[in-house]
Amino acid sequence: MSFSLALRHRFASIEMDVAFEVRSPGVTVLFGPSGAGKSTIINAAAGLLRPDWCRVAIDGAVLADTDAGVWLPPEKRRAGMVFQDSRLFPHMSVATNLRFGMRRVAPGEIRFDDVVDLLGIGDLLDRRPKALSGGERQRVAIGRALLAQPKLLLMDEPLASLDAARKAEILPYLARLKTALRLPVLYVTHALDEAAQLADSLVLVEAGRVVAYGGTAEISARAELPLASRDDAGAVLICRVEAHDPVRLLTRLQGGGAAFLLPLLDLPVGALCRIRVPAREVILAGRAPDSISLHNVIAGTVRRIARDPVRRSVMVEIGLPDGGLLSRVTADAVVRLGLAPGAPVLALIKSTSIEVLGS
Amino acid sequence: MTMLSPEEWEAVRLTLAVAARAVGFGLPLAVLTAWVLTRCHFPGRPLLNAVVHLPMVLPPVVTGWLLLIVFGIRGPVGMLLHDWFGIRLVFTTAGASLACAVMTFPIMVRSVRLSLEAIDGGLEQAARTLGAGWFDRLVNVTLPLASPGILVGAIVGYATCLGEFGAVITFAANIPGQTQTLPLAIYAALQVPGGEAKAAELSMISLTLAVVGLVLSDWIGKRLNTVLGR
Repeated sequence: MSFSLALRHRFASIEMDVAFEVRSPGVTVLFGPSGAGKSTIINAAAGLLRPDWCRVAIDGAVLADTDAGVWLPPEKRRAGMVFQDSRLFPHMSVATNLRFGMRRVAPGEIRFDDVVDLLGIGDLLDRRPKALSGGERQRVAIGRALLAQPKLLLMDEPLASLDAARKAEILPYLARLKTALRLPVLYVTHALDEAAQLADSLVLVEAGRVVAYGGTAEISARAELPLASRDDAGAVLICRVEAHDPVRLLTRLQGGGAAFLLPLLDLPVGALCRIRVPAREVILAGRAPDSISLHNVIAGTVRRIARDPVRRSVMVEIGLPDGGLLSRVTADAVVRLGLAPGAPVLALIKSTSIEVLGS
Repeated sequence: MTMLSPEEWEAVRLTLAVAARAVGFGLPLAVLTAWVLTRCHFPGRPLLNAVVHLPMVLPPVVTGWLLLIVFGIRGPVGMLLHDWFGIRLVFTTAGASLACAVMTFPIMVRSVRLSLEAIDGGLEQAARTLGAGWFDRLVNVTLPLASPGILVGAIVGYATCLGEFGAVITFAANIPGQTQTLPLAIYAALQVPGGEAKAAELSMISLTLAVVGLVLSDWIGKRLNTVLGR
């Protein structure tokens, strides 16, 4: 099952030429700087913007194919959209807003009470949008889009207008939603933390083009991509909780074909969880040091070495049996360790520098 | 203060009725026109815009004369109405309403249009993604949000109708009980020696109606904005 989108469109300032195909139930994050054309893509998916040429399909069902003259208008697409500015109807109560889309489709499997529960908006139903906080408004907007029983959920920077605290308030809801939904979600953002936490697939967009797309673990661990040249670059790994050691207060995770030891996590054994290993926290070594506080000594092979002329540093991509890691080191270290593609290497990672992103 | 004669009361009643009919028929058309002017893009839009606003800039007498040309018994529309439906507009109450409606049309269109333009287009987009077609959006999103402008347009239009003179007297003439509205009655009173007192009384009524209308429109506009959650 897959979701595919391709479009070409010429704006005065930018020429868009985009195509990608991702796994269908799952969150696809369109990631890139402002002005890269992410919103154009999502608006074309919604049908709100008609590009010069466009093709959109979910599991073979064609929503748009300009070559064949197919262009479903937004009201026929069943594409629920969450806008950055929520766009709740000011003259309706929260409950009426939530039911707006619901009343216009046949009853589906997404139920009113479940959505209200999931988003924690039960106490807001009688209020007007004006009386809601920014975070509450976005939660209602998400609920409204879900209750329209969408076949595709589009989220255009839904958290961008919120401060860090509000954002932290909503992200867990989104993460919960992610596991509860069985539909393709297209999520636009330029915030790395949202992408790392939510994305099943990543589509990197820059200046109207798709630079790369694929699974989050794969894309986040590629040294040559623009993602890796960020200060806060780091590989995301999808892990499973393997065991807890209550005596040593450690949890062992298995992911990417390697084992990671972390400070004890409050997750059941067998649960999935996401970790992010920041590139600047990964030390490379030729052989394992003894007598060191560090827990994680992970064997891999050098897959790629990308030089960063701006930072005078080097990004080393380390291949694991089923994934990869990134490490930012100096050019001198590369020479001293004799690193080259194909060479075996050990990645040393402090347990406490691994970020746990939730499930 | 001398008592007003039955004929003068008749003028007040007639004025209110004529204005009500003018707004009753004119407002829906004004809403439609304003919607077309703000939401539809077509080549003839500037022309439509100009035609709609014409009565505002033309001397009212000219508007009345144009109405005579078009809706007179020998006019293209007037002849059709007369021959097919037996309707005569010239020199009738209905004609006075038509003249009032045409004169206040630009005011109503402007008021509705301003409130339509103030609506965030994003809300209509959101309604689209939620499965609402154009008519659904118009009825459930656009018009409710524009309702303050529509109501204010109706009230200001109504108040303006009460004072319409030039077009009415040209097209519908000054017939007591049929087309003699308040301003026409005031004019008639001033033509008669010693009629100044009557004219003053009628003017006071006119003034009161206008002030009540304006205060009401302001109050309703504010109330509605609260109801609409703004």
